Amino acid sequence: MASLNDYLFVSGLLFAIGLAGVIVRKNIIVIFMCLELMLASASLTLVAFSRFHLLNGLPDYNGQVFVFFIITVAAAEVAVGLAIIVALYRARQTINVEELTSMRG
Amino acid sequence: MESLPWLILGLPLLTAAAIHLGLKKKQPLSALVSTCSAAVTLVLTLVIISKGSDLAGSFTWASIPGFDGIEVGYELNRLSRGMMLVVTGVGFLVHVFSLAYMKDDSALARYFCGLSLFMFSMTGIVLATNFIMMFMFWELVGLSSYLLIGHWYQKDSAADASKKAFLTNRIGDFGFMIGILILWGITGSFTFNGISEFFAEGGHPKTVVPSVTMFSAAILLIFMGAMGKSAQAPLHVWLPDAMEGPTPVSALIHAATMVAAGVFMMVRFFSAVGMETLDSIWGPDIIAWIGAITSLLAALMATQQDDIKKILAYSTLSQLGYMVMAVGLLDPEAGMFHLFTHAWFKALLFLGSGAVIFACHHEQNIWKMGGLKKTMPVTFLTFGIGTIALCGVPGTAGFFSKEHILESAAHSGQWFLFGIAALVACLTTFYMFRLFFVAFLGKPRSENAEHAKEVGPLMSAPLIALALMAIFSGYQFLGGEISPLYKPFEFHPDAPAFIASILAVVIGLFLSWKLYGNTENDPLENRGIFKHFRNKFYIDEAYAKLVGYGQDTLAAFIHFFDELIINGFIVDGFSRAAGGFGRLFGRLQSGNLQGYAVLFGIGVLLVIYLTVFVS
Repeated sequence: MASLNDYLFVSGLLFAIGLAGVIVRKNIIVIFMCLELMLASASLTLVAFSRFHLLNGLPDYNGQVFVFFIITVAAAEVAVGLAIIVALYRARQTINVEELTSMRG
Repeated sequence: MESLPWLILGLPLLTAAAIHLGLKKKQPLSALVSTCSAAVTLVLTLVIISKGSDLAGSFTWASIPGFDGIEVGYELNRLSRGMMLVVTGVGFLVHVFSLAYMKDDSALARYFCGLSLFMFSMTGIVLATNFIMMFMFWELVGLSSYLLIGHWYQKDSAADASKKAFLTNRIGDFGFMIGILILWGITGSFTFNGISEFFAEGGHPKTVVPSVTMFSAAILLIFMGAMGKSAQAPLHVWLPDAMEGPTPVSALIHAATMVAAGVFMMVRFFSAVGMETLDSIWGPDIIAWIGAITSLLAALMATQQDDIKKILAYSTLSQLGYMVMAVGLLDPEAGMFHLFTHAWFKALLFLGSGAVIFACHHEQNIWKMGGLKKTMPVTFLTFGIGTIALCGVPGTAGFFSKEHILESAAHSGQWFLFGIAALVACLTTFYMFRLFFVAFLGKPRSENAEHAKEVGPLMSAPLIALALMAIFSGYQFLGGEISPLYKPFEFHPDAPAFIASILAVVIGLFLSWKLYGNTENDPLENRGIFKHFRNKFYIDEAYAKLVGYGQDTLAAFIHFFDELIINGFIVDGFSRAAGGFGRLFGRLQSGNLQGYAVLFGIGVLLVIYLTVFVS
C-alpha cells in the first residue's frame, strides 16, 4: 500500500500543477480551476497525514474534519469568485487576463 | 586733565548722534551745535597743548585668553598734539565757513552730522595707541568721507565718486590689515609702545626679526594702507573725483586731515620701529620712490586742468607725494612738518576757491573767471598768500617745510629723488600761478565773474586766520611749541636745496607769467604731450577697462561652473535620478494579474523560509 511519502508527493505535484496553471493560463476560468486544484492538494495532504498518524490505533480525525471546513470554504469562495468573473465579463466583454491591464503603470 | 582727551574724542560723536537722531529737521540748530562742538574741541586741544606734557590712558576693550587684548585709548605725545591742533583748528574753521557756504543747502543737518562724525573718526586716528584702534577709526574716516563726498548723492557723478573713493580706500586697507597681522606675527604686539619695545635693543634687523623680507613686506603692506588713504599712485584715482563733494569738505578731508592720516600713520609707525632698524632694509626706498613718482605725475596732470578744485586736488596729491617721499627717506620730521604747514595753506586755498565758487554762482572753470582781484580783494589777498606758501616762496611756512624735504633728499645722497623734488617744485609754482593769473587777474570772462562780490565775514574770517597760519606756522616761535616734531626745526641754508628751491620758484613763475599772464584761453591746450596731461594719462580709463575685463572673465567662469556643475550635475542630476527610480519601481505595476500572482507566490515562499528556517 502507498506510504505517506507517496501521498505527499502526489499532493505536491498537484499543487505545482495548480500553481503553474495560475501563472501561465490565460483563461480566467481555467485559472480559477487551478486555484481549486491547489486547495484540493492541500486537502489531500491533510487527509494523508490524518491517515498515517495514528492515535491509539485510530487515525487522527482532526485532519479529516479540517478538510470538511476547507471544502465548505472553497465552495463559498467559488460562488463569490464566479460572481466576480461574471461581473468582469459584463464590464470588459473578455475573460482573457492579458487584456485586463487598466491598472498598468 | 586725564579725561580731556576722552572729551575731545566723544563730543563730536555725541553731536553727530544728537543731530542724526533728533535734529534732522532743525537745520540751523544742528549747524550751530556742530560748530560749537568743534569750537569746544579746539579749546580743549589748546588747553592740552599749553600744558605741554605727554598723556596716555587706555582701557581694554576686548580681551581673548592667551592674547594681549584690544585696547582703546589715547596717547598724546608731541606728534599727536600737533596733529590734533591741525584737526581741530582746520575743523573749526571749516565748520564756520560751512555755516555760510552751505546755508542754502536742503540737507544742512545731514552735512553737519557727517562733519561731526568725521571729526570723531579723525581724532580717533590721531589719538590711537595701537594699530587695531587706528584701523577701526581708519575705516570710520573712510565712511565719513564716503558720506560727505556723496552729500549731493542725487547727482550721479557725486554718487559714483563717493563709491570710487571708498572702494579704492578698501583696496589699500586690505594690504594694511595684512601688514598689521604680519607685524604682529613678528613683534607679538599691536600697540606702538609694544612695537617700539620690541625694537628697542637696536642693532641690525637681522638679529631682531626672523626674516628681513617678511619685515619689509609688512612695512610695504602697511604702507599700502597709507597709499589708499593718502592717494599715492596707483591708488590716487579717487582724490580728483572726490572734488564732487562740497568745497569745505574738500578743504577739511581731502586736503588737511584725512589724506594726511596716511602720512601720520607711517610717521607713528616708523618712530615706533626706530630709524636705525629701518636704515638697512629696502622697504623705505620703495616708499620714497612711490612718493616721488606720485608727486611728479600729479604735478604734470595739474598743469592742464581747468576746474579750480581739480587743480588743487592734484596739487594735494603732489604735496602728499612729497610727504611720503620724506617718510621713505627716513626723515619723518620733514614729512610731518610739511604735513603741518601744508594743512594750513591747502585748507586756505580750498576755502578760498570755495569763496570764489560761491561768489561766481557755482562756476568752477577758471577760464570762466577772471578779474576777481578788484571784486573780491580779501579773497584775492588770502588766496595769494596761500599760493606763495604752497610754492615755497621764502618767508612763508611752505618754504621751510619744502626746504627740509629737499635737504633730506640731498643729504641722503639720492640725487635722482632730489631732482624730481626740485622739478615738482618748479611745476607746482607753474600751475599754481597759472590758476592765480587766470582766475584772479585780467578781465572777467563771463557774466558770473562780472557780478562776483566779496563774501561775508563768516567766510572771510577763516580765510584770514588760515592765511596767518600759512605764513607763521613754520617759524620757530610758533612751530617750536606746537609743531608735531620731536625736535624743533632749525633752518640752516644748505647750498643745493636752497638754490634749487629758489630757482624752481623763479623759473616756474617766469614760465607761468609768459604763458598765462594775459590770455583768453589756454595756449597749451591740445599740444602734443599736454593733451596726455589733460587726460590724466588715461589712468582712469585703464582701470575701468581692467575692472571690466576682470569682472567679465570672472563672470564667464562662474557662469560655466554654474551651468555645468550646479545646474547639470546637481539639480538636473537629482531630478533625473528621481525620475529613473520612479520608472524602475513603476514596472512593478504592470497591470498583469499573473505577474502579481508570481510576486505573491515569491512572497509566501520568503515568509515561510524566514519563519521556519531562520531562527
